[in-house]
Amino acid sequence: MTRMLEAVGLACVRGDRRLFEEISFTLGDGELIHVTGPNGAGKTTLLRLLCGLTRPEDGEVRWDGTPVRELGDDYRRRIAYLGHLNAIKDDLTCRENLRYGAALGGTAADEGRLDAALDGMGLSGLDGVPVQVLSQGQKRRTALCRLLVSDRPLWVLDEPFTALDKGAVATIRDAIAAHVADGGMAVLTTHQEVGLDVARTKTLGLGG
Amino acid sequence: MSTPFAVASLVRRDLTLAVRRRTDVLTTLFFFVIVVSLFPLGVGPDLDRLRTMGPGVVWVAALLASMLSLGRMFAADHADGTLEQMLVAPYPLALLVLGKVAGHWLTTGLPLVLMAPFLGLQYGLAAGALKVLVVTLLLGTPCLSLIGAIGAALTLGVRGGGALLALLVLPLYVPVLIFGAGAVESHVSGLGAQGHLSLLAAFLVLAVAFTPWATASALRIALD
Repeated sequence: MTRMLEAVGLACVRGDRRLFEEISFTLGDGELIHVTGPNGAGKTTLLRLLCGLTRPEDGEVRWDGTPVRELGDDYRRRIAYLGHLNAIKDDLTCRENLRYGAALGGTAADEGRLDAALDGMGLSGLDGVPVQVLSQGQKRRTALCRLLVSDRPLWVLDEPFTALDKGAVATIRDAIAAHVADGGMAVLTTHQEVGLDVARTKTLGLGG
Repeated sequence: MSTPFAVASLVRRDLTLAVRRRTDVLTTLFFFVIVVSLFPLGVGPDLDRLRTMGPGVVWVAALLASMLSLGRMFAADHADGTLEQMLVAPYPLALLVLGKVAGHWLTTGLPLVLMAPFLGLQYGLAAGALKVLVVTLLLGTPCLSLIGAIGAALTLGVRGGGALLALLVLPLYVPVLIFGAGAVESHVSGLGAQGHLSLLAAFLVLAVAFTPWATASALRIALD
């Protein structure tokens, strides 16, 4: 079954400022959209709009032809969102954060997969330590582990590479590429040249 | 994965966090204990006077203690992005809110209920009156958390939100206060607390049914 995320004539107004208008695109299985643009062009807003966190001034987002507003939870069951904020609790360990994150997202945390994800992100030695004492990069990696165990077709990633070292950037890049190659979809913003190895990449330029 | 599981996991997470960060829970509890204990020191040891004002004082202190902790209900989740994840979670937000409120009540309301009989002793309340006091708090403090959640959600991310929160929420607490303290008084005067308790219970049912939806809408607006 092919799936399709579709944006039709999206417009967004923040205060008195028109951030963008007439944004339309389609995203199918095995495709990635790289949203580009200068600071303040509305990249984050566009991603939040795709997740339903913000309402568009005009236009709509559709999943398989049905407006996502009508799909509600059925649509939300298909997206994994990583915002600027990591959504992890300082007082919990990486593993606990992932377990609670998975439960909130609607997937049972399979310990084997958690192990694999933590291992892949180089966090396996940090069990039993509250996230509080970890570095920014390690926190970001924990947040990204949540995506790896989430089983969602659509990944919406806002600057996934911030605060990461070279090794972690490569790991995430490969994880995104593998997800898309596996028939998943991804929408991401990034300022870094990470050289994503994805055959079907679309670029969406905002502002500027 | 079902909705009750997700909500239960949210409650469990909040309880774990409360255990790891005990100061938040303890400050609320100590505030309650100190406020209630100040009155006998202020008005003197006249037992008759203390007996009449006891239930009211305990109730007002419970109300203020509950309000003191409201700001924290969503603030941490808002700051670290967990609230965004709650909004994109494939579950009705109102039910997740109910989970958050349950976590709040278990960590701030329930300790007050358990502490109340000991504080009531300072006011010379008889065993029967203490029992009624505990029952009213058991029915009333969840109402405070539920109503307070609306205010906490509305003032999320607002500068100087604390004072605004008090202005929004305190008037809404009035009915709970009247029936809560009233129940103990009417029990002491021999009229029986049945009527007051029924009204409190009705109030709780209404609050459970309607406030989570209002809170969920306020959260959506706060994060838009």
